[in-house]
Amino acid sequence: MIEISPEAWQAIALSAKVSCVATVLSLPLAILTGFALARWRFIGREVLNGIVHLPLILPPVVTGYVLLLAFGRQGPIGGFLYQTFGVTLAFNWTGAALAAAIMAFPLMARAIRLAVEAVDPKLEEAAMTLGASPLWVFGTVTLPLILPGILAGAVLGFAKAIGEFGATITFVSNIPGQTQTLPSAIYTFLQIPGGENDALVLVLIAVAIAMTALLISEWLARYVAKRISSA
Amino acid sequence: MSIEARLTHQFDGFALDVDLRAPDGVTAIMGPSGAGKTTVAKMIAGVMTPQSGRVQVGSEVLFDSAAGLQIRPHSRKIGYVFQEPRLLPHLSVRQNLLYGAWFAKRGSGGLAQIADMLGLARLLDRMPRGLSGGEAQRVALGRALLTEPRLLILDEPLAALDAARKDEILPYLARIRDQALCPILYISHSVSEVAQLADTLAVLDQGKLAALGPIAEVLADPMAAHGLGARSTGALLNGTVTSVATDGLAAVTVPAGTLHVALGDASVGDKVILRVESSDVLLSVTKPEGLSALNILPGRICRVTKGPSGSVTVQLEAAGDHVLAKLTQRSTDALNLAPGQQVYAIFKSVAVDSRIMG
Repeated sequence: MIEISPEAWQAIALSAKVSCVATVLSLPLAILTGFALARWRFIGREVLNGIVHLPLILPPVVTGYVLLLAFGRQGPIGGFLYQTFGVTLAFNWTGAALAAAIMAFPLMARAIRLAVEAVDPKLEEAAMTLGASPLWVFGTVTLPLILPGILAGAVLGFAKAIGEFGATITFVSNIPGQTQTLPSAIYTFLQIPGGENDALVLVLIAVAIAMTALLISEWLARYVAKRISSA
Repeated sequence: MSIEARLTHQFDGFALDVDLRAPDGVTAIMGPSGAGKTTVAKMIAGVMTPQSGRVQVGSEVLFDSAAGLQIRPHSRKIGYVFQEPRLLPHLSVRQNLLYGAWFAKRGSGGLAQIADMLGLARLLDRMPRGLSGGEAQRVALGRALLTEPRLLILDEPLAALDAARKDEILPYLARIRDQALCPILYISHSVSEVAQLADTLAVLDQGKLAALGPIAEVLADPMAAHGLGARSTGALLNGTVTSVATDGLAAVTVPAGTLHVALGDASVGDKVILRVESSDVLLSVTKPEGLSALNILPGRICRVTKGPSGSVTVQLEAAGDHVLAKLTQRSTDALNLAPGQQVYAIFKSVAVDSRIMG
């Protein structure tokens, strides 16, 4: 029987919390961004597209450093948050959630954008002539039709958040029990003599989480697609 | 007037300038592709906004650029059936039917009646993707009707269907017309469909209204010929079946005389609409004898209109009905045809579009 050390448990629990918070909080914004990029023609659309995709392209360390500059206590946003609300993100689990959310955001927004682009605007026009206001059209036609895309984006984002390492360790460091997520913990265990066993356990758990997430998303996507399949 | 729509809009290389006034009942809009038929319909429904104009349906003003008034499309209560059914794929047939009713706060009260009228009762629990084209279009029709619209716009609802499916849906459209649920604006390419359904006909050509009036008058108007195409103009004759011979030919009495036509399964007393295309009419200045054609009606020439490339359209009046004949300039000259002259119209073929009763 493989024994799981308390540090490993802590890392798993923290990673689950960080990834859930990151996914849930960034999902509404990702839906809005995906919809805007797919449908709206506005000035700065290309710039927004670039900014959304930037974390995907930049080395994660760079993203983490930018977060540290902006959200650190001395930074413009971090300073404001600390002085106004007494909130500190840097070197805190909330900061880890922010880093994970930003790294996961492009994947979510992209999946949702593709789903929105696949929705036939003619259906929305028909709903409008049946008396649905734009908000109702979105809620009763667009949203149900892009649900598979949203789910796929969320699962992809969650997986990315679980695996996030570079930006997290740069922004919130690697403090056991506070900011030591699953990948940081694996990294730490590999640095100390005799830590291979713990590292291996965490690796297996990471694989299990990833596989479960994938299976759930596949099942959800198939379930929803069966209900929705476009005529 | 039930529908009043004054619409002007300058598109890229196309100007729309229409003043459409239509009474209750079914008003058909015909015209060549790109004439602006769908644009007019979408502007009335509010899905498109004209640069200037005014739209009134019944007593309700829906758009008035001068007064800065614009009712948003979802509040106009205009039912719109498109060329394709556009059913919401994630909802069942029942949910699709009730979708608009819910916004109109109607509840599901009329569902059973509409489902019964359109033959949808068996389909209520199916999903849209399992329906045939005709079934789906009937659901779209029912969905629009269940919102209890003040106007129903049918934008070529049969164009995407094959002939058998068309025949399947036409009686339902007639039923909606006869129950006078609401005025209908019917956009179509097919004279046959329009002859069976419409009371009023508007012809659009290059963004302008080329003709507007009772359907039999417009179809027999030589000036409308350009917008309709020569094969569509002609005569609409309302008649009654007076006898059916053993060889299947039925005698149909029209105001100017009796015509013999092959009617599928007519019985004495049936009211039918006979349509004669202008290119299927010959003229004779003397009463013809020894001809194989069975259908000859006497009439008087009202107008002689020169068309493009040496063709001439002669309009006759035959006991109140108007008949068009398309001839060549040469034969017109040879017969010395002029307004006021008494002639005989010989019909080479007669199309029967019985006005279907619901």
